[in-house]
Amino acid sequence: MTTAEFTAFLPELVLLAGALVLFVISLGDGRTRQARAAALVMAVATVVACALCLGQQALLFNGAYRVDAFSQILKLVFAAGFTFVVLLSGELCDIRADVKPEYYLFVALSVCGLVMLVSCVDILTLVIALELSSFPLYMLVPLRSERWGQRSQMESAIKYIMFGVAANGIMLFGMSYLFGLTGTTFLPEMIVKLRPVVTSPLAIAGLAMTFCGLFFKLAVFPFHFWTPDVYQGASNETASLIASLAKVGAVAVLVRFVSLVSPESQSVVGLLTLLAVASMFYGNLIALVQKDLKRLLGFSGIAHAGYALIGFAALDNAGYAAALYYIVGYLFMVLACFVVICKVSCNGVNVSMDDLAGLHRRSPLLAVTLVVGIFALAGIPPFVGFMGKLTLLSAALAKGHLSLVIIAVVNTAIAIYYYLCVVREACFRDAGDLPAIQLDGPTRAVCVLLIVGILVLGVVPATVIDAITSSLACVSLR
Amino acid sequence: MTLPSYNPDFPILSVLIFSPLVAAAVAAMIRGENLLRWWTLISTTAIAAVSLLLWGWFDATTAKFQFVEHAAWIPSLKICYTLGIDGISLLLVLMTTLIMPLCVLCSWSYITKRVKEFMICLLVMETAMVGVFCALDFILFFVFWEAMLIPMALLIGIWGGPRKIYAALKFFIYTMAGSVLLLVAIIALFLKAGSFDIRAMMGQPYGAEFQCWVFLAFFISFAIKVPMFPFHTWLPAAHVEAPTAGSVLLASILLKMGTYGFLRFSLPITPYATHVFTPYVLGLSVVAIIYGGLTALAQSDLKKLVAYSSVSHMGFATLGIFALNISGLEGATLVMINHGVTTGALFIVVGIIYERLHTRDLGETAGMGKFMPVFAGFLGIFCLSSLAFPGTNSFIGEFLVLAGGFKVSIPMVLCALPGVVIAAAYMLRMLQKVAYGHTDNPDHSRLADLNFREVVTLVPLLVFVFWIGLHPQPFVNVMHASVQHLLEQANGPLAQAAVALR
Repeated sequence: MTTAEFTAFLPELVLLAGALVLFVISLGDGRTRQARAAALVMAVATVVACALCLGQQALLFNGAYRVDAFSQILKLVFAAGFTFVVLLSGELCDIRADVKPEYYLFVALSVCGLVMLVSCVDILTLVIALELSSFPLYMLVPLRSERWGQRSQMESAIKYIMFGVAANGIMLFGMSYLFGLTGTTFLPEMIVKLRPVVTSPLAIAGLAMTFCGLFFKLAVFPFHFWTPDVYQGASNETASLIASLAKVGAVAVLVRFVSLVSPESQSVVGLLTLLAVASMFYGNLIALVQKDLKRLLGFSGIAHAGYALIGFAALDNAGYAAALYYIVGYLFMVLACFVVICKVSCNGVNVSMDDLAGLHRRSPLLAVTLVVGIFALAGIPPFVGFMGKLTLLSAALAKGHLSLVIIAVVNTAIAIYYYLCVVREACFRDAGDLPAIQLDGPTRAVCVLLIVGILVLGVVPATVIDAITSSLACVSLR
Repeated sequence: MTLPSYNPDFPILSVLIFSPLVAAAVAAMIRGENLLRWWTLISTTAIAAVSLLLWGWFDATTAKFQFVEHAAWIPSLKICYTLGIDGISLLLVLMTTLIMPLCVLCSWSYITKRVKEFMICLLVMETAMVGVFCALDFILFFVFWEAMLIPMALLIGIWGGPRKIYAALKFFIYTMAGSVLLLVAIIALFLKAGSFDIRAMMGQPYGAEFQCWVFLAFFISFAIKVPMFPFHTWLPAAHVEAPTAGSVLLASILLKMGTYGFLRFSLPITPYATHVFTPYVLGLSVVAIIYGGLTALAQSDLKKLVAYSSVSHMGFATLGIFALNISGLEGATLVMINHGVTTGALFIVVGIIYERLHTRDLGETAGMGKFMPVFAGFLGIFCLSSLAFPGTNSFIGEFLVLAGGFKVSIPMVLCALPGVVIAAAYMLRMLQKVAYGHTDNPDHSRLADLNFREVVTLVPLLVFVFWIGLHPQPFVNVMHASVQHLLEQANGPLAQAAVALR
């Protein structure tokens, strides 16, 4: 490795070194405090490393691993999300005491997998990175402490891993078709070789099955079944990780695979449109009757996956850029909601809608964070959710998907009801005898950072959209 | 006093839009409720004073948009930060800024809990409202249009009456659901016109079918905001539950956004479709006038009475707009202003009653006027103004609207005319009971008459009632060129084909 290549690989190295440190810490007993400090230092170091490497270009490991603008922007997003998750985890009060250091280790490994995922341009490394990001998540779910009446984490973990492995299997099967058609595992080469045969049934079947693995991570209908159960069964902190970072990773890889579809194939467009519509309706309609806040966010997450697919249905760079911008915004919005869930929950039990009552009195900052997050998810300006939807709808309408766009806005109107119900509990109801909530410094910082992020991404999105759009050039080329 | 001369580099519209936000940020740091009230009052008054510069600098001889500011906002999506006003929006901007200090004043003792959040909500509302009237970029307009829902829903939901949560949710869902198709129409127009600039979207030769769909998307969104019959059901709920300042903002400013939308977007962008749908819109307007009036006649809750009278009055506004001639349009714009002044004042008056008696029931408030002569005087004048008594502001507006309607269809005007009589009936019924009614409520003798603050709140509105009523020419002059231009756009060659078809 030359020095230049070495610096291009810096974020990954920081994460790997951090994971090693965490592994050593996890060997002893009762070292939660050290583990948390190490994870925090590591998260901040990753942010710094990613920021330093933002403009790097390199081709590593015989071309299987590419560091370019696209990957570097997303790495920065992952690092920021990682920092937020570590900060909001706090004391990890619902994780078994003996495995708290391991918890941080698994989080770090999962983020490491995601960071590698976005740089992979070879199917084999990509699958390995995808597994590296997934398996720690499967492990995180059952780490929740057992108590009377709370064994759902085991059920959720089994569901999660079974669905995950099945989806992975389908994806690998699809990839084998693609390999059989093109004779290469190298994505840029595959784009070229797939072009003449992209409309053949075999290629479409291969692509569709490859998408399955990613649809599972993104929780697109019909691969969504795990979502509400896992959100509910996993501890609040774990759910925040699964809901946010994993989805950004899925969208990023989906961009790589969907750009294989060139020239446009009507059947792929039809497939994506169908899944988008089904996800939006399914997620929004079922979310209307949810009482558990995490389940509500789970179903709303399915709907948001549907929104993101609208961008892919456009099958052009404007659409992909819109989907990426939207999912980055989604990271901020959903984390804002999860900060509130983590802090409102006492002892880490699940938060129902009633537990939010009078939040404005019990903790004004949390109430503001929740309101901003929820209205952003609902797509109200000036927050990022609105700008994201606008870019998605413009991209889709530019390609003539009028009915898809109308279905999407109708869904926005449906969704507003359950989002407003959350606001109603938090702002309009009286607290009753629910206690006030004390916030520590890091939580305050996370709240403020997330609110600022949601606002800035929504009000001055030009830089981010331009950066994402220009970075996409290197995905489809070469 | 001489006005400072206009400097084109001074971004006066941006200053008007964003200074309330700055004031809100300062308010967030102020402790002490009274200090907060004073701070909000002073800042809104200062903003109102600055906005008066617009009146001085405005050039009423041209229909061009003035004080235009233009900057790139999101270049990759071709979204710009473009502001500018013409004669119609000038009046609405001024009404917004001038009514804000009165909203603060009428909440002075009405709002006792969470004063800070209340004042911040009011100031954020002002930013969004002024922004809506100044935006010349359709996305910018939409951002302000939607962003306004959040503080308004909070105003109703937190400081409202017993059924506040129901009202807040209903208001939010109605308006939001109405405007989602507006967004699709905006993007569709952008793809045809190549720009989000409202001026560039006007006068384009869109296809007939396309225009009709765009018009319908516009119509649902704006008709809910106006609100036109049958989209009005959110209005009584929201008005009744909202705090006084919320009701005033709803009645005076928010309802105007619907009619403003018709004037700014529907007529000039889709002139063909406007002519196609005119008969139906006129029909709905007449229904609204009669239905609103009859329903108001049956109310015993004072706020509901005023709320339904709004439906009726706004029916006159839409009637004037879709009469599509100069007196109709100028009358409609005047009705918009007058309704803002008069109904705003009536809501403040009802708020004053509620603060004293904690009821708004017509029976229980009967005879108040006997013990509150100053109050009875104000109430009397605003009631007369609301029923369009000659010499008051509403008379001019409704007269012009009916004159405009006369040129379109005489049977239609004959159908609408009873609305004026019904207005007299419900307003005089309220005035007779509250001010002169025989009192079975002896407790009222202990009621204090209006204090200085309340008089100060009502006097500016009183001035406008008589100013517009007796000397409306300055207001007509300032919008004349813009309305003339708007008519040329709406009745231009593109629209003639549709008329010929009918």
